[in-house]
Amino acid sequence: MARSTPEHRRKARVKAGFSVYYAIFLIFVYGPMFAMFTLSFQGPRGGVTFPMRGFSIFWWEKLTGPSTVGDLKASLVRSLILAVVVMVITALFSTMLAMAFRKRFRGSGALFYAVMSGLMVPGVLLSLGLASMLRQLGMAPAWWYSALGVHVVWTLPFGFLVMMAVFNRFDARLEEAARDMGADEWTVFKEVTLPLITPGIVAAGLFGFTLSYDEFARTTLLAGANNTLPLDINASLTQRVQPTLFALGTASTIFSLLMIGVFIVIYTILYRRSR
Amino acid sequence: MTTVESYAKITHGEVAPRGLIGGAPAVLDETKRKFRREPGFPVPILIAPATLWLIVFLFLPLISIFIFSFWKTTGHGMTPAFTLEHYRDFFITEGFFDPKKPEFLTPSIFLRTLWTTFRFTITVMAICLILAYPLAYFLSMQVEDFKWQLTLFLLAMVPFWTSYLIRAVAWLPMLGRHGLINEFLVGIGAIDEPVSFFLYSEFSYTMALVQLYVVLAVGPIFFSLAKIDRTLLEAARDMGATPFQIFREIIAPLSLPGVAIGMIFVFVMIMGEFATAVVVYGGKTSTTGTVILNYYAIANYPFAAVNAFMLMLAMMIGVVVILRLVDIRKEL
Repeated sequence: MARSTPEHRRKARVKAGFSVYYAIFLIFVYGPMFAMFTLSFQGPRGGVTFPMRGFSIFWWEKLTGPSTVGDLKASLVRSLILAVVVMVITALFSTMLAMAFRKRFRGSGALFYAVMSGLMVPGVLLSLGLASMLRQLGMAPAWWYSALGVHVVWTLPFGFLVMMAVFNRFDARLEEAARDMGADEWTVFKEVTLPLITPGIVAAGLFGFTLSYDEFARTTLLAGANNTLPLDINASLTQRVQPTLFALGTASTIFSLLMIGVFIVIYTILYRRSR
Repeated sequence: MTTVESYAKITHGEVAPRGLIGGAPAVLDETKRKFRREPGFPVPILIAPATLWLIVFLFLPLISIFIFSFWKTTGHGMTPAFTLEHYRDFFITEGFFDPKKPEFLTPSIFLRTLWTTFRFTITVMAICLILAYPLAYFLSMQVEDFKWQLTLFLLAMVPFWTSYLIRAVAWLPMLGRHGLINEFLVGIGAIDEPVSFFLYSEFSYTMALVQLYVVLAVGPIFFSLAKIDRTLLEAARDMGATPFQIFREIIAPLSLPGVAIGMIFVFVMIMGEFATAVVVYGGKTSTTGTVILNYYAIANYPFAAVNAFMLMLAMMIGVVVILRLVDIRKEL
């Protein structure tokens, strides 16, 4: 097929140009992370910049050994527990909210903006507000309730938008059919609605988990006596930066990527099944 | 159809009014409502938990910031009072009204910090927009296969789900005196010896912030571009419009809401930024975020609250300005 009219050639050139731009963008976004991955295998005498002085797992071993920052394993466990709880609450709340928004009700506009403002209010404001409020009430903040609270405020709008999109394409006639055949609300939900929206719930949970796991600004004044992992990372930044930090960063990033991968796999399986 | 006509259609049952996101069969008039309960779980039960949660963890904290900003500081805490002295300290330094003092009519460091934060945010926003728009355009307009579109989009978005502290840290090996950029520039002979201005400078701060937040702009712009009806573009092409005309007359106006939403995201994120400055700027600059945390650390909670409140005010003004310029309601 001779399709090489000037028009086609021009289009191909434009597309090639954009593709190159996309590649450069990816390098910009991922490049620093790859530099960090590489440098985490720095030799024992090497520093935080290139060149590599040998290749070793010295800094990785240092990471698993006793740390100067704090008990990394304990804070990792705390971060994970927090992320799982945030994931569950985000998935639950955003599903319930989106189900409510399928109907018209008084104050729906206000509630919509209230949920969305979780995206708009910077973490440092929530941290300050809640921390000083709790202080005035004589309560000590702790990661499992005060940090949890503001994490959900942050992740809820993401999950909510996902579930809104899910119900937007949802065929309500399926539910009506079930109702007509005499199913009560619970049965309709359990047998018809839930199986169809499960992929969306997983996606909402993904936002909850990953955003909470990495959250720093909203935890900073609200974790109380025990640090979460991002707080430990931040604490180690105030000391002399060593390749250990790169090892920690690499491990943390790989873990995040793994989680995203797991969620995408679960999502795909459930999505296929719900078709 | 005029508004009146469409209203008549609705009330006479020709067009069923739907919920915000559709799906629910509408109850058409009050008489029918009595006999037929709306299907689905009751709304109050569905919204109560989330509403309570938002009240406790979003609204009460914000209201307390406002209230505490008027309280008196006691050196190690605060007591209820109504004083405006923290607001005065926020705006002016001592000697503001004294023509003999060097501080005469000079705004305080805190107001200037907020201004710097704002100015810097605008710069980063502009760069994010310039970088994000072509990318979103490429993904939505040039990539035709839906699977590829989604894959390439996700690939660009993934960093958003990884730790942003770590991503800030990752700039250190790139930008330092022996960093990759210096090595590269020396290697190709662009500079004779490594320069130190890449790291712990406004340059590194800008680079890091752009890399951290540019994906937030890509997402909304991509979605608004993807929603554009392709037949519009085709029609314009058939009528002889040049690609540039198509972009200016159709694509650009229709993608504006996405641009606005993306810019709002980037704006609020960077206005509240505080950790990145420490990592890649070496703490040489302060943002209003760092000021807030510093005053919290020395237990001057009311003054931290004043800074926080002014930050919130500045952000609201910014968001309102953006919303004034672009009508995003269609998008929501």
